[in-house]
Amino acid sequence: MALNTVFFYLFGGLAVVASLLVIGQRNPIYSVLLLIASFAALSGLYILLDSPFAAVTQMIVYAGAIMVLFLFVVMLLNVPREDAAEWDRSHPLNKPGARRLGTALSVFVLVEFLWAVWHMAGRFGMPLKDTSAGSVSSVAAIGRSIFTDYAFPFEATSILILAAMVGAVVLARREQE
Amino acid sequence: MGGVTLTHYLVLSALLFAIGTAGVFLRRNVITILLSIEIMLNAVNLTFVAAGRQFASVDGQVIVFFVMTVAAAEAAVGLALVIALFRHRESLNPEAFTSLKW
Repeated sequence: MALNTVFFYLFGGLAVVASLLVIGQRNPIYSVLLLIASFAALSGLYILLDSPFAAVTQMIVYAGAIMVLFLFVVMLLNVPREDAAEWDRSHPLNKPGARRLGTALSVFVLVEFLWAVWHMAGRFGMPLKDTSAGSVSSVAAIGRSIFTDYAFPFEATSILILAAMVGAVVLARREQE
Repeated sequence: MGGVTLTHYLVLSALLFAIGTAGVFLRRNVITILLSIEIMLNAVNLTFVAAGRQFASVDGQVIVFFVMTVAAAEAAVGLALVIALFRHRESLNPEAFTSLKW
């Protein structure tokens, strides 16, 4: 078995297990820390895919900035635990009608997903192309693409960030009377 | 049958997306719901990077860059909303925020 395959299953398994634990936790602080582990595993997968730019931005922007923001808010609000019994009782899925409909829908989606994978395997079953020496992994090529082909979306992104910044300040502000 | 194919990455990405969706539907905590949305965004990112690698194009990584900026904006606004809601209701349970329900 090639080293690539071993690392794919290692990182993929880590990502799936960490994500499952994220949604299985009652304590949001553990959820955030486990999500950082999941992002680190995804970063490893990006390196396996010859995409160091995506891997590094994943660690710096996601694990470094966004998750610290989440951690900050969790600690600021200081509500470490859900009141499990009361919250489970009020869960909308505990109503019998919703439960039956939800079960039918999830079985349908699962069958559809398996069917799609089954039919896709023939088309994309070939090994990933060897492009290790190509321009795919080059940060210079990515930069050139962002500032030429994607110049307009890039500028639009700056407006989005500005709007989000102003929106966050306005929303979180305490109203003065 | 050897080596990792694009299908492997697509299946892994679908699994992560399904986990994120389950989190949104099953959890009763606004912060955990936002975290589940981040899992879903990351599953999509993995698809983009794997497809970009398969078709020898930088577009996959460029789109990942844009998805990350949108995710950062979404996290900032979402967490500001969570803080504002918590200030009004003293709870993170989405069942507590039903003023718009009729």
